[in-house]
Amino acid sequence: MILAFLNLSWPTFANALALGGVYALMAVGIGLVFGVLRLVNFAYGQLIMAGGFALAYGAQWGLPNWVSILFCFGVVLALSMLMDRLVFRPLRTHSPAVMLVATFAIAFLLQNIALLAFGAYGKSAGSLALLNAPWDIAGVEIKKIAVIAVATAAFSLAVLQLLLTRTSLGLHMRAAALDFRTARLLGVRANRVIAGAVLVSGLFAGVAAVMLSVTEIQITYTFGLQDTILVLAGVVLGGLNRPIPATLGGFSIGFASGILGGVLPSNQSQYLPSFLFAAVIVVLLVRPDGLFTRAAGAVERV
Amino acid sequence: MRRVLELLAPVALVLGTAVLGLEVSSYLQAYFLDTLVKVAIVVALYVFIGNSGVLSFGHISFVALGAWTAGVLTIPEGQKRTVMPGLAHFLVTTNVGNVASLALAAAVGGVFALAVGLPLMRLSGLAAGIATFAVLEIVDNVLNYDQSIGPAENAFSSVPSTTGIWQAAIGALICIAAAFAYQRSRFGRLLRATREDPSAAAAAGISVHRQRLGAFALSGALAGLAGGLYIHLQPLTTSNVSLELTFVTLAMLVVGGSGSLLGAVVGALVLNGIYSFFSAATNGVDVFGWNLIVPPGTAEIVLGVLMAVVLILRPSGLSGGRELSLPRRAAVADLQKARAPT
Repeated sequence: MILAFLNLSWPTFANALALGGVYALMAVGIGLVFGVLRLVNFAYGQLIMAGGFALAYGAQWGLPNWVSILFCFGVVLALSMLMDRLVFRPLRTHSPAVMLVATFAIAFLLQNIALLAFGAYGKSAGSLALLNAPWDIAGVEIKKIAVIAVATAAFSLAVLQLLLTRTSLGLHMRAAALDFRTARLLGVRANRVIAGAVLVSGLFAGVAAVMLSVTEIQITYTFGLQDTILVLAGVVLGGLNRPIPATLGGFSIGFASGILGGVLPSNQSQYLPSFLFAAVIVVLLVRPDGLFTRAAGAVERV
Repeated sequence: MRRVLELLAPVALVLGTAVLGLEVSSYLQAYFLDTLVKVAIVVALYVFIGNSGVLSFGHISFVALGAWTAGVLTIPEGQKRTVMPGLAHFLVTTNVGNVASLALAAAVGGVFALAVGLPLMRLSGLAAGIATFAVLEIVDNVLNYDQSIGPAENAFSSVPSTTGIWQAAIGALICIAAAFAYQRSRFGRLLRATREDPSAAAAAGISVHRQRLGAFALSGALAGLAGGLYIHLQPLTTSNVSLELTFVTLAMLVVGGSGSLLGAVVGALVLNGIYSFFSAATNGVDVFGWNLIVPPGTAEIVLGVLMAVVLILRPSGLSGGRELSLPRRAAVADLQKARAPT
């Protein structure tokens, strides 16, 4: 058994797969907005945080799970539309560095609003915690959430692929990602395409919020922050210009993070981020244009 | 004349802040000290980011390393074992004075930046941003857990607090002088040429990698110095010199205008000034005879809103990326801006 040789167990493998799936969704969310706006949205993690707090409130009010999940989606979508309207739209023509720092400012702002409103310890979103219970699959105990996360990620990505390839909105989004100005000249409506990308990106943030809140029940103002940083690294690692490399990059870093967390001996597990980010640096030095892109380097826009 | 103004304006701002800081109560003076250290950090950032046009998220790791160096070497020997039980032996027995610790902090920051920059400065754009971010995360992670080089998760207490108004002001002035000397030098001009057009600069025989590396090491040394000033000002934990400080100092640079030294200083003074005002207002401040009290956390929110608003309304920063200069130059720059295709 290769797994036994690597000192890995099936549950570790499944959890790593699940984390990879969630990170892949976040990577797509970040990649879609980058595609049409050339904007790296650092405040993506705060969308997830807002979704987490919505779930926590749903649990506190005793709402049925499906209602609090809907509430979570509502909050995340409303917030992402608001971000688009108030920040992305006025900044659309500015340099990528200014846009990136502006999303820093938004991230900083939202985090501190959450800190002020909910305190340093945050709130508990315990209503979905029963998904941490294991399922017995062929004699191996695997957490329900791992299976659900992998299935949800696969389903969401499939739907997105259909949206991008089979609908006119998807066609417009792909055209805008390739060359925004030419696409506009040919009749693609900028506001609609951007709103579409922001909406889908927000949907995926909502899914990620639900999935992450199952394993990390205590929602604080830093909820989703570390994940977003890892996903951003993963997205750049994979290749930010194209959706599939970006998704693969996000998946890889989540998967690597899950596997390393399971393999590292306990006295070294605290250095897990160091190992991951050292790997990120090495990969970037070898393939600065992205791990999963073709050799011909894309034009650098940031 | 222009050259004199270019240096004098930032120097005057720092000296003004220092003199003002001497006049206020010791409670308010803490905010002035903090602001002067922030000026040093933002100017260090400017040396690399402003001149090269490459974003770096890694500079706060140089600040952290400088702080750790200066802190470990100056805590009185008797207290070292209690503050840092796992400290390596040679660090326990080595003690230096205040000035030497600052010099060593700058040296460690510079050497580390040079070592890190050697491979990393080949990258540009987003790849450079993420790679420098990775450096920040690794340094933060190691300092947070390695007990042989510092207090790990505990606060860095018992460091002699030698950073008074004058030490902070002199530190900031050293950074400003170094930044000014660099940007007027041959190397600064070569690096700015690579910022404007990397391919043309390379075609003219400029080694983009070498010029960026030089600026990276210099700004790493200045950041290390700022870190030394910071640890002599207040006890720090790793979370004080990590992600949030990176956000805030980068925002100060961009809000001030990353294209000019004046912008870096103005951004740090204005944003930290406003932040300090609202921090102080949590305990009540007197505004023209009216006592203003705000709930804790207001300062951060005001800062966030302000950063976003300035970036949206004036993306080239408060200074517009220009040094203080004679009016004629400004008019020409405006004309060029108006002509530029949008």
